[in-house]
Amino acid sequence: MPAGTLYRGREGMWSWVAHRVTGVLIFFFLFVHVLDTALVRVSPEAYDDVVATYKTPLVALLEYGLVAAILFHALNGLRVIAVDFWSKGPRYQKQMLWTVMGVWIVLMVGALYPVLGHAVREVFGS
Amino acid sequence: MSDITLQKSDSSGVGPVEGISLYDADNPAPVIEAPRKRTSKTPRSTRGNFEMAAWLFMRLSGVVLVVLVLGHLLIQLVLDGGVSKIGFAFVAGRWASPFWQVWDLLMLWLAMLHGANGLRTVINDYAERPNTRLWLKGLLYTATVFTILLGTLVIFTFDPNIR
Repeated sequence: MPAGTLYRGREGMWSWVAHRVTGVLIFFFLFVHVLDTALVRVSPEAYDDVVATYKTPLVALLEYGLVAAILFHALNGLRVIAVDFWSKGPRYQKQMLWTVMGVWIVLMVGALYPVLGHAVREVFGS
Repeated sequence: MSDITLQKSDSSGVGPVEGISLYDADNPAPVIEAPRKRTSKTPRSTRGNFEMAAWLFMRLSGVVLVVLVLGHLLIQLVLDGGVSKIGFAFVAGRWASPFWQVWDLLMLWLAMLHGANGLRTVINDYAERPNTRLWLKGLLYTATVFTILLGTLVIFTFDPNIR
């Protein structure tokens, strides 16, 4: 069998896959999120009870994952727009993807303490 | 010229691998029709295309959503104690202002339509049987309409003195 004939994907293909996966995940969360917010029409207690689960350490970790998905989808979406509408977009699509990943990492590091800080304090005390 | 093209394409141009050859000295190669050949069924104008409008909507709503959603995340998860501060009182405080009501309403509509169109594309790509596509899209559109209406109703009828 000849080696190296399988296309394993490049920046363009894998960013397309990640955009799809994050998009579907965000959309499913959106359904849940509208439903939980709708509880403000039921009673303050019902709403506060459900929001309390959002404040548990495990769900805080899921929130960090949600932030990761949304930030990637937003930044890569801007890259897609640049590829479609900027005359030099297609030529620089790889450089733009690495820029997206760089900004994404910086923002994810910045989100660590605000999103996960309270969960860490709860798990490890103090 | 077009007469010859039509004649050849009627015999489908692609013959069996073995058997009588469709080609001879006068007809040395299969005829390949132009991909966008105009027929009697072609619409007079190819503009006014729903798919093109959907494509443009994804980009326009996407830019607006970047601002609306990242602002939302900043307020709900980062500023002023992050998620710990959220509760009925916090929601009541924000929806007392028409600015945040419009912000959330716009975010709800744009995000739901953006997501629904994205999932429509995913279904079109992966669900191959016509029945599966029909049911998945029916479920998608039902859930989308329900969620948009429910969210809109909640924003417009919110009552801070419900108790």
